[in-house]
Amino acid sequence: MDVAGPYDRAKALSAFKLGDSVFYWATRISAISVLLILGGIIISLIIGAWPAMREYGFAFLWTERWAPAADPPVLGAVGPVYGTLLTSLIAMAIAIPVGLGIAVFLTELCPQWLRRPIGVAIELLAGIPSIIYGMWGFFVLGPFLADTFQPFMIRICEGVPVLGTIFGGPPSYLSLFNASLILAIMVLPFITAISVDVFKTVPPVLKEAAYGVGCTTWEVVRSVVIPYTRVGVIGGVMLALGRALGETMAVTFIIGNAFRVSGSIFAPGTTISAAIASEFAESDGLHQSGLMLLGLLLFVLTFFVLAGARLMLLRLEQKAGK
Amino acid sequence: MNPIYIKRRRSDIIIRFLCLAAAIFGVAWLAMILFTLFYNGLTGLNLEIFTRNTPPPGSTEGGLLNAIIGSIMMTAIGVGIGAPLGMFAGTYLAEYGKHDKLSPVIRFINDILLSAPSIIIGLFIYGAVVVPMRGFSAIAGALALAVIVIPVVVRTAEDMLRLVPNPLREAASALGLPRSLVIRKIAYRSARAGLITGILLATARVAGETAPLLFTALSNQFFSLDLARSMANLPVTINNFVQSPYPYWKQLAWSGALLITLTVLALNIGARMISAERKPK
Repeated sequence: MDVAGPYDRAKALSAFKLGDSVFYWATRISAISVLLILGGIIISLIIGAWPAMREYGFAFLWTERWAPAADPPVLGAVGPVYGTLLTSLIAMAIAIPVGLGIAVFLTELCPQWLRRPIGVAIELLAGIPSIIYGMWGFFVLGPFLADTFQPFMIRICEGVPVLGTIFGGPPSYLSLFNASLILAIMVLPFITAISVDVFKTVPPVLKEAAYGVGCTTWEVVRSVVIPYTRVGVIGGVMLALGRALGETMAVTFIIGNAFRVSGSIFAPGTTISAAIASEFAESDGLHQSGLMLLGLLLFVLTFFVLAGARLMLLRLEQKAGK
Repeated sequence: MNPIYIKRRRSDIIIRFLCLAAAIFGVAWLAMILFTLFYNGLTGLNLEIFTRNTPPPGSTEGGLLNAIIGSIMMTAIGVGIGAPLGMFAGTYLAEYGKHDKLSPVIRFINDILLSAPSIIIGLFIYGAVVVPMRGFSAIAGALALAVIVIPVVVRTAEDMLRLVPNPLREAASALGLPRSLVIRKIAYRSARAGLITGILLATARVAGETAPLLFTALSNQFFSLDLARSMANLPVTINNFVQSPYPYWKQLAWSGALLITLTVLALNIGARMISAERKPK
């Protein structure tokens, strides 16, 4: 190796060539494995769900009864799908205004020295494992809501049509509303983080011009920042929605695992992910297949929501890149 | 003053106040959750937790040793499989795949996998590994975690490699370095802090994951290092213990929860510090 003769040179070159193509193919195959994972998920869910699909067909989608112990088992997706959609919806209704409020606070109002600590705190909120949220919801938030907020709302809304049903029934530690609130806290950091990022893409000149003609902070946010970043904010919100739809452990703890559709948001319910988490390990046969089918439904649902979110964010990136 | 000014001033002040309230609301949750964890978990946090196995039902002595070891093993294997794969995939997207029509598709699918529900990953591994192997196993749990690690690392690796200035690569290529060495010796080195950050964040993400382990690794009451059998792990142990009627189990669950949260937060903060160190340059 001391003397680099012509022979060594040829050898080194071919070694380089070999190393190059090995490395290239290693990276390429790894990249393609990402697609294989997606394919694997879809195929294994379909295989697992196949017996249930053949047994129930589309009736699965509008059957409310969930009786895996019956003979033959009766399985319907209405309860979990309803719970999934309702909890995510309420969670988003809480998390969107709060998340955007925090983003506005962080980008427009907050003194510079406070920006980092608050930003980090919000991001740490996203790092806490979801089972911790579940325990906290079960032992702290649930009892608190059942003792204070729920009786209060029930008393106010008693006798009022519609509202009386939505906020009706006995207060409960385990309810759709409690699950929604926990979900809202969990997705808050996603909305805030993306909103802060897209708010920063607003050219300072635009904001300065608006301040220059005498706009108040609120007017600048409403008429300059939000319209400029609308697509990005919607993308962030849909990303958060995708998270909320599939969140498992936090919800499993506090939703009560009741397979029914109830008008009251203070009643126990279930979601797709909670149903799978609490029943799958002890299930077999058609019951297990039914849970797989629920999983497939959830995956399709989140896939479209997340794909929509990514397309929105991509559009914003292209706009920013122009 | 003109009434319009007063009205605009008023709505501005109200909105400012609401934004402040929202920020306090957000930080308050973190404070309350951490307070509850410390309040319930700190009393039980002693040496026994790290030296003894999980107790049988009703017993009042024991720790979380088997669960901690199991969690560390599964997380390490999961990251050990997922991180290199994700790094390579990210490398392809950032370095080779610029003109490949497949790259945008891979990037898009990766972004979706990044936020896919973790319970679905659990179902996937159940169908792909647990059923063919005829039983719950630690390796199935580790694979489920690896599937969660991959998209996180792909994303950060690609982003970080893109930040490496092109003249560096051009200079290396001009010296006659083959492409793979340009990437390994130049691009990886200058993006090192970012790449480590990505791996740390991915570790933090899977360290507390419970849903994908519920029906892949299951849990085990005993100490086991056998990858082909079910293995105890912290998240599932916490999940089982906290819902039990035994006070000592609950106490252990809270201590375990505190342990996991501190680990995850430390990883998060560590990752942030590494990437912050690089920024001012």
